[in-house]
Amino acid sequence: MPSLTLNNISCQRGYNLLFSDVSLTLNSGDILRITGTNGSGKTSLLKILAGLNAQEQGTIHLDADEVKSEAYRRAVFYLGHLPALSSELTCIENLKFLTALNQSIMAEIALINALEKVGLSGYENEICAKLSAGQKRRVALASLVLSEAKVWLLDEPFTALDPQGVKMVESCIEAHCEQGGICLFTTHQDSTLKNQKVFSL
Amino acid sequence: MFIHHTPRFYFEKSEGIFIMNIYLQTLMRDIRSALRNLSSVMNPLLFFIISISLFPLAISPESATLSQIAAGIIWVASMLAVLLSLNTLFHDDFDNGVLEQMVISHHSLPLLILSKIVAHWLLTGVPIILLSPLLGTLLFLDSESVKVLMLTLLIATPSLSLIGAMGASLIVSIKNSGMLLSLLILPLYIPILIFASSAVSQAQAGLEIDAQLYFLSAILVMSLMVAPFISALSLKISLE
Repeated sequence: MPSLTLNNISCQRGYNLLFSDVSLTLNSGDILRITGTNGSGKTSLLKILAGLNAQEQGTIHLDADEVKSEAYRRAVFYLGHLPALSSELTCIENLKFLTALNQSIMAEIALINALEKVGLSGYENEICAKLSAGQKRRVALASLVLSEAKVWLLDEPFTALDPQGVKMVESCIEAHCEQGGICLFTTHQDSTLKNQKVFSL
Repeated sequence: MFIHHTPRFYFEKSEGIFIMNIYLQTLMRDIRSALRNLSSVMNPLLFFIISISLFPLAISPESATLSQIAAGIIWVASMLAVLLSLNTLFHDDFDNGVLEQMVISHHSLPLLILSKIVAHWLLTGVPIILLSPLLGTLLFLDSESVKVLMLTLLIATPSLSLIGAMGASLIVSIKNSGMLLSLLILPLYIPILIFASSAVSQAQAGLEIDAQLYFLSAILVMSLMVAPFISALSLKISLE
């Protein structure tokens, strides 16, 4: 069962100290909602956990694996503000590339099923430039549906989604954590997720 | 209600499915994106053709004059065309968040970048090599010199893409950075320009060109060894 440990993490941007001495331990099945005002460092904390940014001080471990290790990278899935979709490619092409980048090359049927589950059935061959912001977000979330990573780091996952989409993401997070995963997410919206812990920056 | 999905993977070769690894997928993805946005591919090539075809009008239509400066003209135009195309190498993926995913992926970032550079060369360098005989003939280059010109382009255009990628990765987070890119990259292109145009001039004079080709090959090997790693490091810094 995975355990994510943050020990005395500090983050500085320029001359601004965003946060310091953040220590957390998350165990299998935990859902952590990170809250805070704009600029408080929510995204920076997720980026540090994803290995995109370096922390000023402190350590991060997933079980015994350090944040820069390959095992850690394989075990973590990060979904940022941006949907990571190329405008010229179709939904299925984008999804195929994203899943290959994050884990392994998947069968097309699995990708089609994932798109169906996020409410984009029939959009497989649609060019992403023609999709709305919410639909683009759903394509990105389809890669979440396919993810086998133990730890999910989701930055504003409900942005641009309708209430049905929000519910879909919440049930996706709950299913992941019921299966023993860990999820950390930031949001400014209300969330009805059960058993969520809240961490304020 | 959402049901958590357990994905199935393509591992069986027995089904006759060709399994592309992630690096080949990155290359194909970039080529596919570029071909669907043809202006990004055509603009540098049109610049290459138009700028070269204007020289006979501006300087002289005489074959003796043009053949003497043909190699230099074609090489300068090639360099500027590649420079023009470098802006799109990382910018789109930076803006849409794909670079973030590449950086945090467990795959080798330098190899992912190398795949992008190969795609860039296939879309820019290869068309320039293929167009060069036509434009060489337009500037009255003899057939032997055209062969040497193509050979120098074949050896050196990959270096242009590799060196260019280092500059493009450094300034990926800066908007409207075309001028800065030129300032960063052009000095590094100068040795390539000197050796490549010198090789064609030597061939026109019937002299040996081995030394120039060795230098161009050495630059290619050096940039191949260094550029993907420097670009990877620059991208990581740009994304922080």
